[in-house]
Amino acid sequence: MAAIDIQGLEKTYMVGFWRKQPKCALHSLRLTVEQGEIFGFLGPNGAGKTTTLKLLMGLIFPTAGCARILGREWTDPEIKAQIGFLPEQPYFYDYLTAHELLEYYGQLSGVPAKNRKRRVEEVLRQVGLLEVRGVQLRKFSKGMLQRVGIAQAILHDPSLVFFDEPMSGLDPMGRREVRDLMEQLKLAGKTVFFSTHILSDAEALCDRVAIIHKGRLRGVGAVADLTSSVQGKVELIWQGTQVPASLKLLGVECHLTGDTVRAVVAENQQDAAIDALRRERLRLIAITPVRTSLEDYFVEKLRSAETTAGRTA
Amino acid sequence: MNTRIAYIASNTFREAVRDRVLYNLIAFALLLSGAAILVGQISIDIEKLVVINLGLTAVSLFGVVIAIFIGIGLVSKEIEKRTLYTVLSRPVRRWEFIVGKFFGLAGTLVVNTFFMAVGVFAALLYVSHKFVRADALILVALYFIVLEFLIVCSLSLLFSSFSTPLLSAVFAFSFFVVGSFAEDLRGFARMAHGVTRWLALGAAYLVPNFSALNVIGSIAHEQPVAAQLILQNTLYALFYAAMVLSAAVLVFERRNLK
Ligand SMILES: Nc1ncnc2c1ncn2[C@@H]1O[C@H](COP(=O)(O)OP(=O)(O)O)[C@@H](O)[C@H]1O
Ligand SMILES: [Mg+2]
Repeated sequence: MAAIDIQGLEKTYMVGFWRKQPKCALHSLRLTVEQGEIFGFLGPNGAGKTTTLKLLMGLIFPTAGCARILGREWTDPEIKAQIGFLPEQPYFYDYLTAHELLEYYGQLSGVPAKNRKRRVEEVLRQVGLLEVRGVQLRKFSKGMLQRVGIAQAILHDPSLVFFDEPMSGLDPMGRREVRDLMEQLKLAGKTVFFSTHILSDAEALCDRVAIIHKGRLRGVGAVADLTSSVQGKVELIWQGTQVPASLKLLGVECHLTGDTVRAVVAENQQDAAIDALRRERLRLIAITPVRTSLEDYFVEKLRSAETTAGRTA
Repeated sequence: MNTRIAYIASNTFREAVRDRVLYNLIAFALLLSGAAILVGQISIDIEKLVVINLGLTAVSLFGVVIAIFIGIGLVSKEIEKRTLYTVLSRPVRRWEFIVGKFFGLAGTLVVNTFFMAVGVFAALLYVSHKFVRADALILVALYFIVLEFLIVCSLSLLFSSFSTPLLSAVFAFSFFVVGSFAEDLRGFARMAHGVTRWLALGAAYLVPNFSALNVIGSIAHEQPVAAQLILQNTLYALFYAAMVLSAAVLVFERRNLK
């Protein structure tokens, strides 16, 4: 049984003043997520990630298609006890304290009364909010609300969690903690499905990712497999203010900062560039692979999609 | 009762209390004691009449205003602020949310009305120094006022489930005002002819009949209330509120959240 099996889910919003103009936010999405996976749902802003998650949570209704979650129809209210959901930029009843909110959500999720208090304290400690558990949520910062959001999503010990942009609004420490938490969930046998627009958030963490753009699924697989088609780049830094003529001939852009020069070259030009530096007896300080950002990936991928489309036309 | 509904209701009550809704009681107490002291100085015969009339009318108006002002935000505000996302992604049915909100708001009003009723009886004791048997009629009037609140709560919730707070307030107040003259409206409708008659009758029966629920004038003159009217009003209010709540559920079940 797959954890999530999305069968042609589609959402068209009606926009414009009279709501007459259709805008397709999600085109017939087919996707399967296995149990025990950390699955990244990647795409730039406006790709349709939040729309997909809201459809799966039953917050909005699809124009077509359906889905199965943990082997049941996604509309079945019973499965909600086994799933957790962190919305994008979450917001909560601000007249409650963190403790009261989690207590209330524990009641709604059917956490037995005798375990509830202990469990609430446990998740508060896990997200680092134990100290401020008695503070009203209206006094919480964005990052703290994000932590409350994570706490309420894992509160009832669900076997499948959906996180929409879980790292947003967090400082580097917080991002690290969220990453660790997702790994812990995986170790405990849970399935994690999360969306992000930052490729590096997903790279180290995900077993598989899906890439979505303008409401269409562009690829599913391990991160490395997906980005291998994209030309890698390397950053070279050397001492001095000199730029070898042969490097200029390669058309490499160089930036002078103090007494070092920085240049970014394509991976297949790396050797030629290093040879050129050696010939001039320049001291190389660093060679660093440049990470392909999701944006780069898309620029590349879309350009190739457009040229093939142009050729066939 | 379904426990989730009870949890949602008690959270709704807690929200009202924390939003300092019960502070209206201070204004009510000031109004009532001011009036009691004032009429106590003027005359002997009508002071009781004034206290009962004014006190119960204030109970009704304060409550209606609270029911509308809280009710119109109960659903739309939660959609707007997206606090609903983490509620509806739990094993909470949408109808349970609506019903829970209704009971929470109704509970708030019952508690509020209880304190106001204590105030009315205190003012009465102040002006007439003793209670008589006929004063028990005030309890009937208060009961009818609570029935009125149930209807106003359900209407505010219905409007809140598809409209903005501002429009909901306009709708709810219109229903309240027109409903207060429901019996006059029915009378006029019967005098009309043709299509107008049917349209007017339809409108007159669609709005809640608050005139039947208002016995303040007659009990102030110590006229008894027929048992049949109590039964009739109870059934009417419960039926009306249930219908309106069902409509709210129907609307909300289909609604795409923002
Ligand atoms: N309620 C809505 N009405 C109209 N269009 C919407 C609505 N919600 C989202 N969209 C549109 O659907 C597309 C996908 O949005 P979304 O799912 O929020 O993207 P993501 O989460 O990937 O950034 C966007 O173009 C957005 O403008
Ligand atoms: Mg989004």
